[in-house]
Amino acid sequence: MMENIIEISYFIAAILFILGLKKMSSPVTARGGIVWAGIGMLVATLITFLHPGMGNYLLMTVAIFVGGVAALWSGKKVAITDMPQMIALYNGMGGGAAGAIAAVELLRGEFHSQTFLTLAVLGALIGSVSFSGSLIAFAKLQGWLRRPMRFPGQQIFNIFVFLAAAAFGALLVTRGEFSGTIILIFFVTALAYGLLMALPIGGADMPVVISLFNALTGLAVAFEGFVLNNAAMIIAGTVVGSAGTLLTQLMARAMNRSIGNVLFSSFGSSDGGAADNVEGSMKPIDAADAGIMMAYAERVIIIPGYGMAVAQAQHKVWELAELLISRGVNVKFAIHPVAGRMPGHMNVLLAEANVPYDLLYDLDEINAAFPQTDVSLVIGANDVVNPSARTNPDSPIYGMPILNADMSHNVIVIKRGQGKGFSGVENALFFGDNTRMLYGDGQAMAGELIAAIKEL
Amino acid sequence: MIEGMTALYIFMLSAFTGYEIISRVPVILHTPLMSGSNFVHGIVLVGAMVAMGHAHTTLELVVGFVGVALAAGNAVGGYVVTERMLEMFKSSKGGK
Repeated sequence: MMENIIEISYFIAAILFILGLKKMSSPVTARGGIVWAGIGMLVATLITFLHPGMGNYLLMTVAIFVGGVAALWSGKKVAITDMPQMIALYNGMGGGAAGAIAAVELLRGEFHSQTFLTLAVLGALIGSVSFSGSLIAFAKLQGWLRRPMRFPGQQIFNIFVFLAAAAFGALLVTRGEFSGTIILIFFVTALAYGLLMALPIGGADMPVVISLFNALTGLAVAFEGFVLNNAAMIIAGTVVGSAGTLLTQLMARAMNRSIGNVLFSSFGSSDGGAADNVEGSMKPIDAADAGIMMAYAERVIIIPGYGMAVAQAQHKVWELAELLISRGVNVKFAIHPVAGRMPGHMNVLLAEANVPYDLLYDLDEINAAFPQTDVSLVIGANDVVNPSARTNPDSPIYGMPILNADMSHNVIVIKRGQGKGFSGVENALFFGDNTRMLYGDGQAMAGELIAAIKEL
Repeated sequence: MIEGMTALYIFMLSAFTGYEIISRVPVILHTPLMSGSNFVHGIVLVGAMVAMGHAHTTLELVVGFVGVALAAGNAVGGYVVTERMLEMFKSSKGGK
């Protein structure tokens, strides 16, 4: 009887997860989606206390409390710009939990069949890699690890470590008896591989890697679900595994990188110097003139980049946009897929500043509009508006989809100095005849533009 | 007991479901959706609880405890972060 109630609750939880994720894939219903999934999680967790033959309830409650409160506190406190690394951190915790489940099961050593044992070990391997790899991703985005770490023969060394982990895993599966030493070595090598895998990857590629680890954790959870004969874990884990894999591909495509490229190449390590033959000079403008230009324009497109978020300028930028709208200017925001730190991140940052999402346009939607646009305001963006990606086959970023800001009648670029973008490539847009540079901090300059327009 | 072909069928159907859910998602929801799916695999908490509940030796108990705490962090943190992100999606037309 109790078993049936538990099974039915898990079934309901699985349905709520799927419906919740489905709702989360549209901006209109997204908020309801997370609530549905949350209810599913609550039902599943509470009903698990009724599992027959369990003990350690007090300590279990303490563990839930410890992990839950720490996550609640950190999740509430974190700034919106820092959310990607928190996702990495929580994801790593999930992978670690999957590894811990496998460790407990291996220590107990009661497996119904060879298949379950194999799945437990596979889940442990994937979960451990996801755990340590996600921690590196977190440390990198948090700024604790600034430089990608590379050494000669790294890929070969990594493969060797992975094979060692796989070999000890195979040893566990085939031996059928579990010495603590082998279990320990297996986990240590698996964790080491996760570290080594993530260390050489640069910060800009981290979103793709986090998404990949997210999918891997899902898979690990599904595998441990088979071991524990738990349908909710199997279904939820597999759904996340496949959805996460697809999401990883979409992100990589948006950045014009293949997943293999992200994982096994070293982007940005070469200087890509050959392509820096840009003609012309940068022409400065002051805020008053720029303000007049925008105030009397018919159509303005604002192109925000991560630099805007770093300068915490999104509120000022929206104030500026509102002011222009109130003067009858048609204002749109053009969002490059990788404008933030991960696809969609810029949308979240602008949403925080109360910018309505129907003023935000994707690359595909807006590129045709640039030739009819009077002023494009580039703020904190660089590589994503570099026309070299379209015109110069020698450029390291050639082929990357960009926003065609250079095609608009006038371009105003707010920028702190004359430096290059993340890719280290000179930006041809800044030297264009129709481009004026407004040097200064994003937030301060947006403020000056507002003041200039208000005086008109 | 879920085993053999039944397990394989569940695995296959779930994989297709996940793929279908994501295939038509707009770019603006990539980050929240990644965060949301990160929350959903917090279901690992259920497994960690079962594993810890059946632990006998001290070592098993300690590992189980760590597992439950990590899983609870995954679930709670995933929910809080996703909720905070989605809370901010508003339309200029005033609707939700």
